Amino acid sequence: MSFELPIQVSYLVVAALFVLGLKAMSSPVTARRGILWAGIGMVIATLVTFATPGMGNYLWMIGALALGAVVAAWLGRIVKMTDMPQMVAVYNGMGGGAAAAIAALEFAKEVAKEKGLFAQVASAAGVEHGLGLAATILALLGSLIGAVAFSGSIVAFLKLQGLMKKAHRLPAQNAVVVVVLLAVLGLGAWIVGGALEGWTLVAFFGLSLLLGVIVTTPIGGADMPVVISLLNAFTGLAVGLEGYVLKNPALIIAGIVVGASGTLLTQLMAKAMNRKIGGIIFTPITGEAQAGAAIQGSMKEASAVDVASMMRFAEKVVIVPGYGMAVAGAQHKVWELTKLLQEAGVTVKFAIHPVAGRMPGHMNVLLAEAGVPYDLIFDLEEINEEFAQTDVALVIGANDVVNPSARTDKSSPIYGMPILNADHARNVICNKRGKGTGYSGIENALFYGENTRMLYGSAQQAISEVIAAVKTMM
Amino acid sequence: MGDFIYIYVFMLAAFTGYEVISRVPVILHTPLMSGSNFVHGVVLVGAMVALGSADPSDPLQIGIGVVAVFLGAANAAGGFVVTERMLAMFKTGQKKDGKQGASK
Repeated sequence: MSFELPIQVSYLVVAALFVLGLKAMSSPVTARRGILWAGIGMVIATLVTFATPGMGNYLWMIGALALGAVVAAWLGRIVKMTDMPQMVAVYNGMGGGAAAAIAALEFAKEVAKEKGLFAQVASAAGVEHGLGLAATILALLGSLIGAVAFSGSIVAFLKLQGLMKKAHRLPAQNAVVVVVLLAVLGLGAWIVGGALEGWTLVAFFGLSLLLGVIVTTPIGGADMPVVISLLNAFTGLAVGLEGYVLKNPALIIAGIVVGASGTLLTQLMAKAMNRKIGGIIFTPITGEAQAGAAIQGSMKEASAVDVASMMRFAEKVVIVPGYGMAVAGAQHKVWELTKLLQEAGVTVKFAIHPVAGRMPGHMNVLLAEAGVPYDLIFDLEEINEEFAQTDVALVIGANDVVNPSARTDKSSPIYGMPILNADHARNVICNKRGKGTGYSGIENALFYGENTRMLYGSAQQAISEVIAAVKTMM
Repeated sequence: MGDFIYIYVFMLAAFTGYEVISRVPVILHTPLMSGSNFVHGVVLVGAMVALGSADPSDPLQIGIGVVAVFLGAANAAGGFVVTERMLAMFKTGQKKDGKQGASK
């Protein structure tokens, strides 16, 4: 730690602000405060860093900083709430790329120094050089993880944005991953052993980036949230490791805290989807390959008026929104319907599956955007018992998360996933654009249920019709 | 102790991260992922330090450093904006006092 005392103290405060900020972000009441504290911490950290002794290149620094901040903040302002997961993936990839680039720069300095070009300047600068064994190993590890987070996040973005449709699987996918990983590690060991040269480094970074692409490409869209969360944890770890290389405590603490919390969050998500993190990365669901047993029976259609009267004269309605509702932009209509039903004395609750939307909590954000208060929103464990006392379960644009096959059909790829027990409600109404399987391509037994009625049409239009019909019954 | 102290820092930071998150309700998972994504935007500080001591006469070093600062700044700024946007929308049914100002 070679910085002066006031800078050190500032970094200490920054680390505390980050931790307290994250803590505050884990409750809806204090969450807004939390991001503000963390934001203040970031501003302090950035300003203080300008005062680090022995620094140069300020013009380049300010230019790059301003450009990056303005572009990203502008994108962050205009991005639609439904596209939030891929936007987070992009920002996360940038963080991973930055961590890898830091290591690349430190190595470039080392290579230059060994050529004798830069020895005096480097030792005069505030940062310690002559990396040393531990720092070299951790810098390489951080680069590998950061580069994988960077290229993997870009693939995740392309997939969620719909720019990369198919899940391509290499022949002997897992073997290729292992070979590339071993090659990267071998190169790394060689570099640590003394081969710190331009071409070995380029090969190391190139292979690391390639690894990120190979690992994420075969993963289907449904598993992407877990992958984004995992890559987020990766970036945190990479930042922490590069923090050691730069002997910067703010980087170490913030990076490792995010690495650990991100790992936990990833585990929670994977658990909710009944998927193992290793399973997602090494044997992804391929949809076509296993679609579960075929389902006998037929789907029964209901009109908007039928649906309206069922809901208007119900005592209790539970709405199960899915990503399809958000894509159709129907959350405002759904909230309008909810308010109407509340006026009519109906109890309305929202049931959210942990993986509704594209990330855990994504659906909550989309409902919050429409103005639905969060105390009407319940998660799986809170509400699953209540479906048996529910008159009408309205499923809008959700599919796998209400598929009873997950409980009964061992051949179904989602067998064992916890689901919302919408089928236990007295009446189930499923809104769908048309017949056919959903996002994951798995048949849904709920649609064929005895007490299920299908309300066909886009969510936006179908719910508008129901609202109009309910109004005539007020 | 020397550099060994860093192992303690790593370990304690890891425990902290795990504890801080462990009681978060599902409804906040997305904003929280976004928020933690913002926090590792502190990589910007590392990028600035690394660029600050780069050799100004070496275009390779300056180039890599500029990329690092650009990416770090984008991570931090973008992460803040989207997290703030998401959290600003959370409100309870009881008190509808609207948004607390549109400014960040």
